[in-house]
Order: sequence, then structure tokens, then C-alpha cells
Amino acid sequence: MSEKTSRILSRGLLHTVIILIAVLWLIPTIGVLITSFRPAQDVANSGWWTVLGNMFDSARLTLRNYNMVLSRLGVGRAFLNSFIITIPATIIPLSIALLAAYALGWMKFFGHTFVFMALIALLVVPLQMTFIPVLRIFNKLGLAGSFPGIWLAHSGYGLPLAIYMLYNSISGLPKELFDSASIDGASSFHTFLYIVLPLSVPIVASLAIFQFLWVWNDLLVALIYLGGTPDVAPITVQISSLVGSYGQDWELLTAAVFISIVPSLIIFFSLQRYFVRGILAGSVKG
Amino acid sequence: MAKVLLKGVSKEFGKVIAVKDFTLDIKDGEFIILVGPSGCGKTTTLRTIAGLEEASAGEIYIGDKLVNDVPPKNRDIAMVFQNYALYPHMNVYKNMSFGLRLRKVPKPEINKIVRRTADLLGIGELLDRKPKELSGGQRQRVALGRAIVRDPRVFLFDEPLSNLDAKLRIAMRAELLDLHQRLKTTTIYVTHDQLEAMTMGDRIVIMNEGVIQQVDTPQVVYDHPVNRYVAGFIGSPSMNFLSPTIVKENGNFYAADKDYKLKIPGDKAKLLKDYVDKEVVLGVRPEHIDTKATKRDHDPGGVFSASIWVVETLGSEKLVHIRSGEKYTLIARLDPHADIKTGETVEFVANMNLSHVFDKETEEIVF
Repeated sequence: MSEKTSRILSRGLLHTVIILIAVLWLIPTIGVLITSFRPAQDVANSGWWTVLGNMFDSARLTLRNYNMVLSRLGVGRAFLNSFIITIPATIIPLSIALLAAYALGWMKFFGHTFVFMALIALLVVPLQMTFIPVLRIFNKLGLAGSFPGIWLAHSGYGLPLAIYMLYNSISGLPKELFDSASIDGASSFHTFLYIVLPLSVPIVASLAIFQFLWVWNDLLVALIYLGGTPDVAPITVQISSLVGSYGQDWELLTAAVFISIVPSLIIFFSLQRYFVRGILAGSVKG
Repeated sequence: MAKVLLKGVSKEFGKVIAVKDFTLDIKDGEFIILVGPSGCGKTTTLRTIAGLEEASAGEIYIGDKLVNDVPPKNRDIAMVFQNYALYPHMNVYKNMSFGLRLRKVPKPEINKIVRRTADLLGIGELLDRKPKELSGGQRQRVALGRAIVRDPRVFLFDEPLSNLDAKLRIAMRAELLDLHQRLKTTTIYVTHDQLEAMTMGDRIVIMNEGVIQQVDTPQVVYDHPVNRYVAGFIGSPSMNFLSPTIVKENGNFYAADKDYKLKIPGDKAKLLKDYVDKEVVLGVRPEHIDTKATKRDHDPGGVFSASIWVVETLGSEKLVHIRSGEKYTLIARLDPHADIKTGETVEFVANMNLSHVFDKETEEIVF
């Protein structure tokens, strides 16, 4: 067997294994997707995989479940609430973390080491520990059950890791870039805006993905600080309450679940290239 | 354009003294080179002039203005870094115009200056490229361009050529000199490469352990080093050092060891009267050693015999490592066609008129 054929074989084997794993992982999601389009009777009588035989038989697929979930079961409102919660709860902590990481990385100030150590310490505090004291404060301030309250909570929980990750990346930028900028006449803020920010796009994007997904999928924090009021409940809270009242109606639950997955998928696929791309290549000869 | 004056400048990092009592008067339009081994404080000095480091003591003047408390951006200087420090996310045009944009120069003006400078440096076609799409030499030019567009009063170069390959380095050396002749901007250039220092500088400043050793034109530094350090640092291959004892016989002075006895020329001998019977350091440059056979009008006092250990043939010359006994090795720079073979014992002659003697304790030059 020549070297080339053995390489093709081993690569083929690797690809087969990867594809198998991917398919295995996808099966539950595909099941959810198909079930969400099936009429209630069919769901009760047969498994979702029976659809696979005759994919384009329109009698066996319907949009009724989505219509029902969105308009009558409050998922539409909850979906909107989720966005109202998630977008600021991603932007606020990342903006603060960027400034903080730049300061920690490149500025000298009193208490620098202390702030940094405190930050590391905060990384290991489990968020469950904070519920009671924070909720008491929120109650006093009237923030409980409101959007600003949960923005604040998610920002707080997201900040330590975000600062730490951004600190690692920003403090690793070549010193000469900062020297050069300062000779070119850039103030600290200019340097942040024109040098640090553009060069941090990949790491900010990946952090944004994590923070977005974490807030979007969060049930616990929302339940604690927002309660179940339909006005403010995000989609996760809404679905969990649907499980209580519509536990038997799989076609409705799967439709609601699939609605809640869609934004995560969009976010991931639109920003995923930032996971891979290293924008710094070529700035400094190594 | 401006003169630069440093008066007793020191820089300490905690307990480490990086630069000590640095005083230097740089003339308007001068190309001055700071040279020394790594860690000698040359880059720190440059960064202090730039304002990137604060001087612990002393005064820095650019033009007639004391700039110790002036931030880098207001010192009217431009700096080129060893690794170029191009902004990786900006194209060449934006890299070059960054400083001008921050200074709110009108757009048409910026456009004119950047294009003119890019053409001057031969990078006019590259303005839309990102740094990572450029070769090392092109990046170097962009970094230069970024410095030039600002039309500063002083250029600061921090080892700008050391990331380039040998051939490009020689080409860029000439280009930099040509550029300096055209722009006539005061230039302070840091390098660890003594060859760069010799070929480029109007004057060179040799530093060691944070202290200036000597400041002078390349030829003077080469011919008249002030101490053993400078003598050994400048020149390649470097000066040969021997440790003879000075002996006086019949009114003549000799530098003698077990294997050789070299006569000190009369006019220099009188400088050695305090060194009789003491050990000194004798320095002889490789080109001042010849075989006795080829050197017709040689000084008979400089003859010694040694065996040939290694011969390096470079085409334009032969570098011959010679040994006498086990005690010392010297390098001689000989004619490429010199007829010598490894292992032979040959009579050599050292030009004692051009040799130097250093005090063994202080390492200062005696002559």
C-alpha cells in the first residue's frame, strides 16, 4: 500500500468518525425540528422519524403549531423579552470589560494589583451565592422584576471572565504599537479607539457569542430576578412554564423550543469566523 | 531639524541603573549612532529621548527647549522600531497617515504628503495593502514612511535593520544614508552592529553598561580607541589582545612573554616608563599582522613566530588563526594568495607603530 493511499484511507476513516459523531449529536435537534411541524394527532400516534420516508407530503407537516405558540401561548412576547434582556446584557459588560482590560493592561494606577487580584477572586464565586444578597438590594432599589435589574445582574456575572479574557488578549499586544501610537500623537482614548478596539474584534466577538448564548439560555437568573410575570419573562422562563401546562403537547413545546434555538444559531454562524481568524498575523515580525 | 542635547541623563529601573550620567551634544542634522552590546542602555537612552521613558536624572533638550516633562507626541520626533510596530489592522496609507490624521491635518494635504513620501520610498503601489501582505523590506519602508510624513525635527531609529536579511540590510543601509542626505534631519540611530555604526554614523557613541565609552567619528574610534572595551568592540574580526610584561633592556622597551618579545617604538616607549616589569594589555588589529616573507619593509622589532592553526579563506582575504605555544591565539588578516598551510610554523611581523597598549587594571589606553 503506497503512502498516498494509506493517507487517504486514514483521513477517510477520520472523516467518517467525525460525520458519525456530528449526526448522532444532531439527531435530537432534528427530532425537535420535525416534531414541531407535525400535527398533534400524528405526534401522538407515530414517531418523528416516520416523516423521513415521505418528506414532501404536505398533509403530514403544518405551521399551525408555530402560529399557536407565537400568538396564543405568549412565546412571541417572551421571545421579544429575551432580546430586550440579552442584547444590553451582552453589550454593557463587554463595553465595561474592554475599558477595564485596557486600563489593567496598559495603564499604571494606584491599586492596580489589588483590582486585578479581586477580579481573579471573583471568577471563582458561584453565582448562586449572590442571589439572596443581590435580590435584597434589588428589592430595596426597586430593580427586582425589571429589565435594568437583570441587565445589571448579567453584567455583573459576565464581567470578571470578560475582563480576564480581554486582559489576556489586550496585554499581549506588542508594546511598540502603544509606543508608536503615543509618538504619533494618540491620547490614551485615541489609542483605545483606533488601536486596541479594532485589534480586539476577534476576542470581543467570541466573548459576545458566549455572553449572548449564556444570557439567552439562562433560566435561573431570570427566574430569580424577574419572576414569571409575562411582561418581562424571557423565552426560557416561558417555555418552562409551558411544560407545566402543556406537558403532553409535544408539537407545541418543540415549536417553542425551536424558536428559542434560532437566534443562538444565527449568532453562532454569523460570528464563528472570529473564532478562527487571527487578525494579528503580520503586524510584528516574529 | 534641531540639535539635541543630553545633560547628565540617568535612567534607573528600580535598583538597576540602565543609563548613567549620559552627556552628549548632537548637532543639527547630524547622523549619530549609539552602539553597544545588548543591555548596554542604548535603547533606553533612545526611549528617554523619545519620552517613552522618563529620565531619572538629567536634562534633555530638543532644539533649545527642555523636554523632560513634554509628552512624546509634543516632542516633534518620529521613531522607527526594530519590529516596525505597524498597525496591523490599517493599510499602508492609514499607517502612514495616522499621525497626521490625529493632528487634524486637512485631508488633501495628508493625501499629498503620504503619496509623495510613498513615492520617495518606492512603496507607492502598496498603499492599499495591509502590513501582513508586505515583505520585511517593504514593512521597513512603511515604518520609515510613517516617520518621514510627520516631518519631525529628530528621527529616532531603534535597530531598524536587524530584522532584515543580510543582503537587504546592506541595501537599506545605503538607502537610509541617502535619505538622510536628502532630508538632513537630525538622526539618532541605535544598533548593536558595529559595522552599521561604522558605515553610517557621522559620529558614533560606544556604550557599555549604561556608560558612554567614547564619542567620535568612526575612523577616530577605530584608530584611537580610548580603552580596551572600545578597541575590542569596534572592528571585525576584533582586535587581538595579549598580556605581555614590559621589560627594559639597553634603554629599549619590549612587550615580552614566554613566546615572543616585541620592541616598542621609541616615541611611544617613553609613555611606558611606569609600566616596567608590569603586565599590560597589548592590542594588535588583525590587519596589522603579516607574514615576515610578504612584508618587505617590516619593523624588525615586531617579528615573532607562531604556528598556523586554522585558515579561513574569504576570497578577498584570508583570516589566519595563529598560535604560539598553548597560551594565546591571534587572528591575522592576510592577502588571499598568501602561501600558508595549517600546521606550519611561520615568522610573523606585528606593526608595532599601530599597536596599542592598555593599562591592565583600568583598561584605559596608554597609547
